[in-house]
Amino acid sequence: MALVTNVTSFGRSGLADFVLQRVSAVVLGLYGLCLVGFFATTPNVDHATLVGFLDSLTMKAFTTLAVVALAMHAWIGMWTVGTDYVRRHYFGRGHTVYLATYQVVCLGAIFVYVLWPLSVVWQISGS
Amino acid sequence: MKISVYRFDPDEDESPRMEEMELDLPAGRDLMVLDVLELMKARDPSIAYRRSCREGVCGSDGINMNGRNGLACITPVSEAAPRGKLTLRPLPGLPVVRDLVVDMGQFYRQYEKITPWLVNDTPPPAQERLQTPEDREKLNGLYECILCACCSTACPSFWWNPDKFVGPAGLLQAYRFLADSRDTATAERLAALEDPFSVFRCRGIMNCVSVCPKGLNPTRAIGKIRTMLLSQGI
Repeated sequence: MALVTNVTSFGRSGLADFVLQRVSAVVLGLYGLCLVGFFATTPNVDHATLVGFLDSLTMKAFTTLAVVALAMHAWIGMWTVGTDYVRRHYFGRGHTVYLATYQVVCLGAIFVYVLWPLSVVWQISGS
Repeated sequence: MKISVYRFDPDEDESPRMEEMELDLPAGRDLMVLDVLELMKARDPSIAYRRSCREGVCGSDGINMNGRNGLACITPVSEAAPRGKLTLRPLPGLPVVRDLVVDMGQFYRQYEKITPWLVNDTPPPAQERLQTPEDREKLNGLYECILCACCSTACPSFWWNPDKFVGPAGLLQAYRFLADSRDTATAERLAALEDPFSVFRCRGIMNCVSVCPKGLNPTRAIGKIRTMLLSQGI
C-alpha cells in the first residue's frame, strides 16, 4: 500500500521512480518484442499491413501502455540527468532557472511524443 | 623517477598547478607512494598531505595516484605508476585545503546523516546485547570501512550531488546498521533513505568497489538497501 501511495507521488520518491523505471522498461521490452515479432513474420511491410497490425483494441491498448511507459521512463531519466548536471557549480546562481527551463522543455517534448503516436494509433479506421 | 604533484595554497596561489620533479628512489626496493611523499617532503617541506598509521588502517592518506584513488601508504609505486611516471592529486570532488589535503566536511556530513550508531530503545541487558554467530556474520564486509573517502570521491553521483547523495561510504555504513540484529530503528533508517537522492542516485558503476583499499563492496550494500526499501514499500 505504501508503494502505491509513493507511485502516485511520481518524481518525489526515489523508490517510486526506481520501480516505475523498471516496470516501464519491462513494458517497453515486451512491446519491442511484439514489434520485432511482427516485422520478422511479415514478409512485405507496407501501410496496409501496419494498419492491420495496429487495428485491434488489444494492440491499441498495448501501444497506449507502451507510449505512457516511455513517457514515464523518459521523464524520470531526464529529470535525473537534469538534477545531475544543471547545477550551481556549472551554471552559477541562476541554475534553478536553467533547470526549470530544461524540465519544461523535456515535459513539452514528452507531451508531444505521447499525443502524437496516440492520435495516430487511435485514428486508425476500422475500429 | 618522474613525479608530477598537485600544488595549491589558496592563501598564495590564484589557481592550482602541477609541479614536476625527479627523485632518485632506492634501487631494488618497491617503495610505497607514501614513502615517495616523505622523500618529496624532505626536499620541499612546504608540500602538504595527511598521514598517520602508514599501514592502511587510519585512512588518512587517501589520494589520487595516476587517476586512481587509494591509500598512499599501502600502494606500491610499481602498482601506482607502472609506466614510470607518478602523478599525485588530491581526492577528486572535495574542496582542496592545500596541496593533497582536502576538506572532508561534506563527506562527514553525509556519514552523519545515516545515524552511524546503534539505536535500540529496549531496556539494556545487564552486560551486553548479544548476537548469534549468524547475525554477527552479516556485519562482515561492512564494519571494516575506515572512512578514507576513496570510494565516495571516485563516484560521479557524489561529485554531482555531494549535498544530497549519501555516497558509497555512507551507504555501506547505513547497511551495516540496517543489517545489525541489535538495531531497532530499521523503519526510520529506511524512511530517511527513500528520497530520490540519498540511495537511488547510485547508478551502479562500481567505481567504489574498484578503488576500495579494504576490498569492500558498497554497491552490493546499496543493492541490499534498495531491496529492503522495496520489501518495505510493498
